[in-house]
Amino acid sequence: MSSARFNRYLTAMICCVTLFTADASRAEEVVVYSARIEQLIKPMFDAFTKDSGIAVKFVTDKEGPLLARLKAEGKNTPADMLITVDAGNLWEAAREGLLRPVESEILETNVPAHLQDPLNRWFGLSVRARTIVYNTNKVKPSDLSTYEALADPKWKNRLCIRTSKKVYNQSLVAMMIAEHGEPKTEQIVKGWVANLATDPLSDDSKAMEYVAAGKCDVTIVNTYYYGRLMKKNPKLPLAIFWPNQESSGVHVNISGAGVTKYAHHPQAAIKLLEFLSSEKAQNLFADVNMEYPVNSKVKTDPVVAAWGSFKQNTINVNKAGELQAEAVKLMDRAGYK
Amino acid sequence: MEAGTGLEKGIGTTDSQGTRKGVFSFPTPSRHASQGWRLIPLLVAALVLIPVGTVVSSLFTPAGEVWQHLAETTLPDLLTNTFWLALGVLAGVTLLGVSLAWFTAVCEFPGRQFFSWALLLPFAMPAYVTAFVALGLFDYIGPVQTALREWFGPDLFWFPNVRSRTGVIIVMILAFYPYVYLLARNAFLTQGKRSLEAAQSLGLSRTQGFFKVALPMARPWIAGGAMLALMETLADFGTVAVFNYDTFTTAIYKAWFAMFSLPAASQLASLLIVIVFAMIILEQQFRSRMRYAEIRQSARAHLITLSGWQKWGVTGFASATLFLAFLLPVAQLAVWTTRVFARDFDRRYLEFLWHSLLLSGFAVLLTCSVALLMVYAVRRHPSRFTHAAVRISTLGYALPGTVLAVGIFIPIAWLDNQLSEMAMQLFHMETGLLIQGTLATMLIAYMTRFLAVSYSPIDSAMQRITSSIDEAAMGLGLNGWSMLRRIHLPMLRSGIFTAATLVFVDVMKEMPITLMTRPFGWDTLAVRIFEMTSEGEWEQAALPAVALVLAGLLPLIFFMRQSEK
Repeated sequence: MSSARFNRYLTAMICCVTLFTADASRAEEVVVYSARIEQLIKPMFDAFTKDSGIAVKFVTDKEGPLLARLKAEGKNTPADMLITVDAGNLWEAAREGLLRPVESEILETNVPAHLQDPLNRWFGLSVRARTIVYNTNKVKPSDLSTYEALADPKWKNRLCIRTSKKVYNQSLVAMMIAEHGEPKTEQIVKGWVANLATDPLSDDSKAMEYVAAGKCDVTIVNTYYYGRLMKKNPKLPLAIFWPNQESSGVHVNISGAGVTKYAHHPQAAIKLLEFLSSEKAQNLFADVNMEYPVNSKVKTDPVVAAWGSFKQNTINVNKAGELQAEAVKLMDRAGYK
Repeated sequence: MEAGTGLEKGIGTTDSQGTRKGVFSFPTPSRHASQGWRLIPLLVAALVLIPVGTVVSSLFTPAGEVWQHLAETTLPDLLTNTFWLALGVLAGVTLLGVSLAWFTAVCEFPGRQFFSWALLLPFAMPAYVTAFVALGLFDYIGPVQTALREWFGPDLFWFPNVRSRTGVIIVMILAFYPYVYLLARNAFLTQGKRSLEAAQSLGLSRTQGFFKVALPMARPWIAGGAMLALMETLADFGTVAVFNYDTFTTAIYKAWFAMFSLPAASQLASLLIVIVFAMIILEQQFRSRMRYAEIRQSARAHLITLSGWQKWGVTGFASATLFLAFLLPVAQLAVWTTRVFARDFDRRYLEFLWHSLLLSGFAVLLTCSVALLMVYAVRRHPSRFTHAAVRISTLGYALPGTVLAVGIFIPIAWLDNQLSEMAMQLFHMETGLLIQGTLATMLIAYMTRFLAVSYSPIDSAMQRITSSIDEAAMGLGLNGWSMLRRIHLPMLRSGIFTAATLVFVDVMKEMPITLMTRPFGWDTLAVRIFEMTSEGEWEQAALPAVALVLAGLLPLIFFMRQSEK
């Protein structure tokens, strides 16, 4: 009798918990695991559902946990598609055997060869260009030339840069290794570190604000951060410089996607992938975050287009994944925090 | 009334010989006691051991290359950084938390009532938000330094570097002191006046009374709070990332996210578990020789009156803490929120809020119930096994959130796959994954993480209850459930509400487990903060952050009131 209330209480708790168990119903739908956040994918999913009648269910998280999740779920995974915001993690997902090859005329036409997996397991959907931003009061564009040249002692105490823990910098250095080999790249990164005006910063926006405030003169950032910052404060003395135009071209990374190996709705997932690369979705996909479309038939957002056109590095972004661990080690050795 | 009748009934049915025997043989479990209690800590420990074991099992996968690289490059620095950070935060939260707790519990000063609950508010603020705001305000490009540069010229050589070790330590102290504050305050409030009066009658001054009587008697509480703050510090990634201050967790995430080696990351995390485990045992060793029970639940002590300048000094100290740890960050968040509110706020926020509150509420029920059962089971059946089980059960809190989330997810997915296989073979039914993506899974995951948080306050409160009470209760024929319900539960009230406060707010702020185990479409305020910050949109994150803080306030104040009744 004395335990009656406890029992009641426990029963009530268990009932409440089991009320919310997942339903296993399956209509025509695609399930997406996305490291690209909701604001940057939902508009396209909505457009897709309107267009095709196929519902899109998605869950967002960081890449690491999403990959671990796919792997643990194995062939029962509910996920049909994986979206990431860099090539490295797609490369890793493919290496782990989590993605399946997709043969599609549409994707081959829409996505340039260097922005997709050579074995067709993933495809870039938007281009993220990493470029140089400088303080217009202190630097003339003619002083600038390449990423590599920022290692020159003339930039001593004039460089600000985001932490090496961010995948964008890891990809940049990985692509430099692909081009120059390790010893030379290490020299360059050491040169950057020697030129730093302040310890590496936690994000691109902060780095640009440091440049604008005059603590340093140049930095390396993704263009959409520049777009966001200038939208908020158009008076900042900042401008974009497109480096390496005489050589390899501007470093680009992708936000991209692949169909999972154990997808339960592979046809619908391929349809979604094709839709995202199509002219209908590409504007939206790139424009919501001021990125560049991968589909060359699609015009860039006018604000973004105003920054000028540039030659991009056409080494396959695959390399960013392949050499990422090497890049991280190299940056550790060079003392780039 | 119900209690009264039960007691009478108890007396009536108890054989007086047996009772006597029970009294003298305590703490040997009486024949009436259900042996099942013993199993509770072991079962819970086994449950927690699954994710922790999943992480530790990585030790069997070779990842020597990553280790060698780390050892040759960054590891020495990371360890130094972690050591100083842990030491600084530990010292800071103890000093700040204990002093504020003492003042608000025992001294009379202007605003005491207000500060006694207001000083808890910073707890509702996620540490990485405090960090981001602090950096936003005081860094080189922040408004403070910018204004100073305009007045004093471009060289502010005297202005301290905010992105520094001291900077991180200060931010973490401001974010984590409420653990110590809440627990220590609880200790001081339940000490009663007798011990202090006794100290004074023995000729000790008030200051001596504090150091020689009140402080030692509050040890389990203070140590418990400080341990929580320490584990939180060691497992933190968000705050140190804002400062780009590399610690041991940095290496864990670098190995995983950058070098794609989850085994190496798990191995590093296992090392963290070992360190924390060692510290817990060390602390318990020191503690085990002492007793903290109050012989009689005496009246609360009279408040100490302070002199004029002391009074205002304390008010100033409390105000400064509240200002830096809460008002300033909230003000900044409010300013940012006004910029994005019109565009971002929609009805979905009610849903996020509802999900956050619901999850926290259920997590509190589950976690605190389990902690209570464990505390009671250990009290009734103290043995090497039950104690070890408790220590293991609280280890989930020492792991970085994302690592624990994966440790939880992998076994769940495994079980799910087995079930699915069975369903296929037995019923030829394709069930998909049934367990994952349910709220039950989420709640169990929260429990494995936050058991330490609920255990510590309830355990401390239990230590206040003398064993003679149990003996008397047994004399009245109470045992097992009835003893817990009738005797201990009312006396543990403040401890339980303290635990509830901590768990509720911690779950609301929790991010990695929520992200990984939530059902489709089940977003919370914390998930919203993740969505905003992961693309660097900190200002937009202000809206969900403010909502989170506001939503945390009500339960905070409610539980606080309850715990002091």
